Amino acid sequence: MTAAVSAHHAPVRGIRRWLYTTNHKDIGTMYLVFSLAMFFIGGSMALVIRSELFEPGLQMVEPEFFNQMTTMHGLIMVFGAVMPAFVGLANWMIPLMIGAPDMALPRLNNFSFWVLPFAFTMMLSTLLMDGGGPNFGWTFYAPLSTTYAPPSVTYFIFSIHMAGISSILGAINIIVTIMNMRAPGMTYMKMPLFVWTWLITAFLLVAVMPVLAGTVTMMLTDIHFGTSFFSAGGGGDPLLFQHLFWFFGHPEVYIMILPAFGIISQIVPTFSRKPLFGYASMVYATASIALLSFTVWAHHMFLVGLPLAAELFFMYATMLISVPTGVKVFNWVATMFKGSISFETPMLFSIAFIVLFTIGGFSGLMLAIAPADFQYHDTYFVVAHFHYVLVPGAIFSIFAAVYYWLPKWTGHMYSELLGKCHFWCSFIGVNLTFFPMHFVGLAGMPRRVPDYSLQFADFNMISSIGAALFGLSQLIFLVTVVRCVLVGRAAPDSPWEGAQGLEWTVASPAPYHTFSKPPLVE
Amino acid sequence: MTKVVKQTLRLMLISLGMFAFGFALVPLYDVFCDITGLNGKVDLQQSEQTVLVDVDREVTVQLITVANASMPWRFEALQHQVSFHPGEDVKAVFRVQNLTDMKMVGQAIPSVSPAEGARYLHKIQCFCFERQTLEANEVRDMVVFFTVDPELPESIHKLSLSYTLFDMTPVDAVSSR
Repeated sequence: MTAAVSAHHAPVRGIRRWLYTTNHKDIGTMYLVFSLAMFFIGGSMALVIRSELFEPGLQMVEPEFFNQMTTMHGLIMVFGAVMPAFVGLANWMIPLMIGAPDMALPRLNNFSFWVLPFAFTMMLSTLLMDGGGPNFGWTFYAPLSTTYAPPSVTYFIFSIHMAGISSILGAINIIVTIMNMRAPGMTYMKMPLFVWTWLITAFLLVAVMPVLAGTVTMMLTDIHFGTSFFSAGGGGDPLLFQHLFWFFGHPEVYIMILPAFGIISQIVPTFSRKPLFGYASMVYATASIALLSFTVWAHHMFLVGLPLAAELFFMYATMLISVPTGVKVFNWVATMFKGSISFETPMLFSIAFIVLFTIGGFSGLMLAIAPADFQYHDTYFVVAHFHYVLVPGAIFSIFAAVYYWLPKWTGHMYSELLGKCHFWCSFIGVNLTFFPMHFVGLAGMPRRVPDYSLQFADFNMISSIGAALFGLSQLIFLVTVVRCVLVGRAAPDSPWEGAQGLEWTVASPAPYHTFSKPPLVE
Repeated sequence: MTKVVKQTLRLMLISLGMFAFGFALVPLYDVFCDITGLNGKVDLQQSEQTVLVDVDREVTVQLITVANASMPWRFEALQHQVSFHPGEDVKAVFRVQNLTDMKMVGQAIPSVSPAEGARYLHKIQCFCFERQTLEANEVRDMVVFFTVDPELPESIHKLSLSYTLFDMTPVDAVSSR
């Protein structure tokens, strides 16, 4: 009996701990480590792209391989890096933030994670197959991804299926946890915003990931079983693919940014030493962004020949999203206003997030103007836009979250000097990489090309230098995290002066089992 | 059943429902296009002949032919445009030639531009209602009878009727070549 009890209270040793674990902290750690590995793989692909684009002409790679790199970079970063990182943070933090002992469905949690390494091994293995990996862009438009796809496309389809199953099950687990496992007294409107944004994100995942699964299933039957969902000759419609894909794809971009909003809403009040300004409006803004995200998908398709009424509808609906997003930005600024702010690494990343995400939001507003989009569509301006919302947006928020909660996870402080080095190198690198892309895009440089006209040469060289800086500075992040785990000085239970929330009431490092007895909230 | 299990099952049902909804969108988009007349899709069904002719105005229909990139047939309209009164029946002839030395099957898919005009163009008889099988190097003239509804909005004077020809030769026929 004593053996059973102690086995219940301490993790088993060795690989079995990680294979069989149902502990939310272990699974959260595995998600985060997996996502970091994918971040480096996807990042290396970005560096292949940028080194080919360093100068005009073809020098480093074949155009066919270049296409595989752009495609895989997008797929790996979206499905392998950003989404699992947020799920990892959710696993670690949601039970701690709502005072729950674990996730509601711990075994499902284990399954959700362990599907991922197999999905991405399969996806990456396509690069070694005859005909190469996916080369049709991360949006895999039919018929490029059906009639003209390399034979490895079937592996790609199954890996998307698997990643989708993992996300859906993870999302279901998060919803059920938040709805059932909150500590007594923690009403919905007392939940930390990270929990709120994740609850809404999880509903988005449950709603749209199955549509993506349906879309790739249609591709599968078009390719192998003679159906004609997307082939005009058989009575189908290639445009249908784009409608289906973006019906998933637009909510997907909010899946990648709503949890980031939650993280920033945790960190900014801490380091401003003030409560968050406009908590309720933040919740409603998040919910309205999520609802509006279902009504804007065709703004990715302004050039396919939509009728005027549709162009106008999707243009106005898209612009409408900037209202709740603006509410958030103003709330963060109002939170900082007259606060006693200190600039530790998480706060630096958060402030950079607010500024740079807003720039990305503004370029999104420019793209939303249908008549102007006729000029910008499929140029580097679009690349600049979505990298501004995803890199200094989603990725910076993940960095901020890691620095913020690392003392709680490891029980050690990271080196503030290294953290600040990482921040400033990343900040300069990101802007150097992506800001010039606005200019080449407005001047007409198309995206997804391995070669370009001479007049784009200087800005592309600057972008490539910035990419090298940004890429290499992620090694500082790796060193900082590893040093923190191994040799960081001990962290107090609540290392940040202004931090509020249940996660800071448990010991640092967080014990393997926390909140076995639920805490009482107010 | 506990509340957690019930909720989990309900959420799984929702995701299965959304999977099905993805497939339901396929006909739903078509229904939406039918009702609103968007997308320039033309009915692949025979329509009734109209009796009314609007002699006060004339409409021009341009005939455009495209052989899809993977379709080795010559495909041309013998007449590149026709002008007539809305309501009149018009005949247009298209010539196809199989340029290969194998038997092949083709399917022409029509599209009308501007999309607002698509629902006013009625086909009484069309080669696009069925697949065309051509022997090696065979030449064939194909006919479409169509009319434009007198209800056509005044603002539209010109319509383009475009056909794209797709290779629909069965795959097993290809492998037995």
